[in-house]
Amino acid sequence: MDELSSLELLLTAVIALVALATVFGIILGYAAVSFKVEGNPLADQIDALLPQTQCGNCGYPGCKPYAQAIVDGEDINKCPPGGQATIDALASLLDVPAPELDAEHGAEAEVKSVAYIREDECIGCTKCIQACPVDAILGAAKLMHTVIVDECTGCDLCVEPCPVDCIDMLEVPQTLSDWHWQAPLPPAERFASPQPDANMIATDRGTDDTTDRAA
Amino acid sequence: MSKIWDIHGGIHPAENKQQSLGDPIQTVPLPPSLILPLSQHIGAPASPLVKVGDKVLKGQMIAAAKGFVSAPIHAPSSGVVSAIEEQTVPHASGMQAPCIVIATDGDDSWIEHSGTTHYCEKTAEELIAMIRDAGITGLGGAGFPSAVKLQPRQTINTLIINATECEPYITADDQLMRQRADDILIGINILAHILGDPERVLIGIEDNKPEAQQVLATALQNSIAVENAPAIEVVEFPTKYPSGGEKQLIQILTGEEVPSGQLPANLGIVCQNIGTTHAIYRAICHGEPLISRVTTVTGKACNKPGNFEVLIGTPVEHLLTEAEFNSVLCPNLVMGGPMMGFTLPNTSVPIIKSTNCLLATTAEENPAPPPAQACIRCGHCAEVCPASLLPQQLYWHAQSKNYERLEAHHLADCIECGACSYVCPSSIPLVQYYRAAKGEIRLIAEEKRQSDRARERFEHHQARVEREEKEKAAKREARKLAAEAAKAKREAEAKAAEENPESTTKNIPTDGDTKNTGELDIVQAALARVAANKASPADQRKRFERAIETTAARLAKAEQALEVLNKDKNAEQSTEKLAQIEQQRATIEQARLRHEEAKNKLAALNTDQPAAVEAAKGKPQTETPTDDEGLDRAATAIARAQKNAAEQASMSPQQKLLKQRDALQNRLNKAQARLAQAESEGSEQIDAFSNAVATLVEKLATAELKLSDAGSENTPHQNPASTTEENS
Repeated sequence: MDELSSLELLLTAVIALVALATVFGIILGYAAVSFKVEGNPLADQIDALLPQTQCGNCGYPGCKPYAQAIVDGEDINKCPPGGQATIDALASLLDVPAPELDAEHGAEAEVKSVAYIREDECIGCTKCIQACPVDAILGAAKLMHTVIVDECTGCDLCVEPCPVDCIDMLEVPQTLSDWHWQAPLPPAERFASPQPDANMIATDRGTDDTTDRAA
Repeated sequence: MSKIWDIHGGIHPAENKQQSLGDPIQTVPLPPSLILPLSQHIGAPASPLVKVGDKVLKGQMIAAAKGFVSAPIHAPSSGVVSAIEEQTVPHASGMQAPCIVIATDGDDSWIEHSGTTHYCEKTAEELIAMIRDAGITGLGGAGFPSAVKLQPRQTINTLIINATECEPYITADDQLMRQRADDILIGINILAHILGDPERVLIGIEDNKPEAQQVLATALQNSIAVENAPAIEVVEFPTKYPSGGEKQLIQILTGEEVPSGQLPANLGIVCQNIGTTHAIYRAICHGEPLISRVTTVTGKACNKPGNFEVLIGTPVEHLLTEAEFNSVLCPNLVMGGPMMGFTLPNTSVPIIKSTNCLLATTAEENPAPPPAQACIRCGHCAEVCPASLLPQQLYWHAQSKNYERLEAHHLADCIECGACSYVCPSSIPLVQYYRAAKGEIRLIAEEKRQSDRARERFEHHQARVEREEKEKAAKREARKLAAEAAKAKREAEAKAAEENPESTTKNIPTDGDTKNTGELDIVQAALARVAANKASPADQRKRFERAIETTAARLAKAEQALEVLNKDKNAEQSTEKLAQIEQQRATIEQARLRHEEAKNKLAALNTDQPAAVEAAKGKPQTETPTDDEGLDRAATAIARAQKNAAEQASMSPQQKLLKQRDALQNRLNKAQARLAQAESEGSEQIDAFSNAVATLVEKLATAELKLSDAGSENTPHQNPASTTEENS
């Protein structure tokens, strides 16, 4: 009798477990179908951090493919336009140590540059138009082309295909509208530099007692 | 006396205001040249209206506002535009920016101008337009276009006039109030009128200007007796830096805090500087644009500090000479006050609309700051921050460039007053860190915006390329299918020919039809042709005759080639040559055989049709004299081309021309339809379309000419000349 009841107990347990497993399996299966995430969210996050120059210096045909490659295990230090800032941002996103920029893929430009077409030399071959990844070049066959400066990412992909070599990469000069204050130098560097800190505001003086007395 | 509130924090730096208050406002002699930067205000730079060499009159607009948030610029004196070029501008960056330079002629002759004292008769829009055209910007220091500030979307219940002038050393507004209180009050009344007579009009003034306050109160009493204006109240409050900040002043006078990221107008408040109200009075009542302002020149490096009515564009050095400035004593010439001003790159930069002070302090008056030390977390900066921020936290995050945390700590609400730097026992240039971080954040936001745009454009580009690829692939596929169908048809025909060899000779000329029949029942078509062939024995005879001719020609040719080879053989003997000769002989033999065959077939046809069919059976397999199979296909293609050419040739030249003309006519009709559509839609491409029509008309005319030259009969058609008239 005892054996029978223990067998019953075992059976009950097995049946209960199977039932539970079935129920959860169905729930999980349903969830997997109905809450499926389209695309790779990590690739999109990485893509958002990349500079979108679409220059292909990393060896991939654009920023999105490189983002996808990073997800698949590619190094994060192959983006010269983004420079160290982008590498740092990627490193913090992926929680890996930030490496130096891979010099093999180019150096980080100090100043942003844009393409400029010497229009009187342009023969209207449309080769640059085909090369431009962001459609920033206007023109038609046998007619002069020109670059929409605001849309140019400075990827310089249009320079090489030009048969008459009439495209220059010009540095964008800094204007008053995009100037901003620089952070003070760290103390050690400030003392080392022969120039006094030009950005020092008048407030940054130690004592006002002398002026007080003068008043 | 209305209630006043207190603001958080604030400091009490040495005021140093007495030095410049000794004399009334002085005038400055006309400088030889005036430099007018195109961007003296917040917003888009003005765009020049004059050229180099133009003569300008005092008050003439020389640069127009570009966009909504912008302000025009006027010639401060008469003279000649000597240059429009990049010049160093009074800006913290010390950079160059486009400026209009006027060489003054000394006449100082005004352009025709007039104002009105009956401003109440004018609408707010008219007055705002006058203020805008007068180029008036906030004279307190920020330089925001006043007209923009006077067009809030919200209803305004409080107008606040900022007469605080809380920064040390500066006394320009103080002196202005003392001397021109009546004008200022009229200016305030104009502002109140523009804003729809708000319930309250408050003049906020610190208690360190008792004289100015007294004069204002007196003027107010007098003016109320004269005019029926809303009640203006002068509110005095304790001196504290920086009560003059817009948000701080609003808090002091109304107790309300302007929420982060919002404007005072959201609370129904508009705030204007007292100097601006005076400029508005000059603009409305006298029609004078903003071409001069009162600027304080002070500091121990000046022997005669004071307030000067100075023309906008006057070089700083010219003004400094009036104040007897000693450059040896002054290591650091500052534009603006000691708290928020910036060091000038040199003394040739001009005075601009927002220059309220030139501070020429000596080294002992304003010593170089001691080296910054580590933050000791004393918290003094948080105590004095008027925006209730946590400066030490901001400092840490600014140092580590943690922009997310900075934004979380509301860095954007920092008014850069410098109170935190002032109290810092470690002499850390805190504000400089905040300014740098703010600039960096702005830059990152701009880059983000640009990169988002680039991404979007790249994605569109990719999608377009992909679509084009697909279209191309689809076309290729279609071509391939067509080719396969044609091949299948040929094979079917060949098969049919095997069954009925007569059809094969017909094969070539009918090939052109395959394209049209497409994928229809090829076998059936082939069978139909076979039947047709059978029905016309005359045709068959013709073909056999042709075959005899060609085979004879081939035979002759092959024999010729053999002769050539034989000659070569005499010169040089080799196994290769021998093999070639052997081959050539075989070819000749074959050709001869075929020639015989054709002759036989012809004979058979003449006597008995079925016999000829039997004889012709072998022909397709042995058609080529050489063994090259490719030639077979090539011959087909050549034949097809010949057929097309023959078709063309069969048309008379006149017919051809007619056909051309019709095609052109069709195209012209289409182009005209497009033009009509473009015209009805008002499209920008009308020009392009009408050009296209004109070209087509021309082409059509040429075609017509040719047609008539060919001497053909004149079919009735549209006269090209009339078409042109229709379109013009």
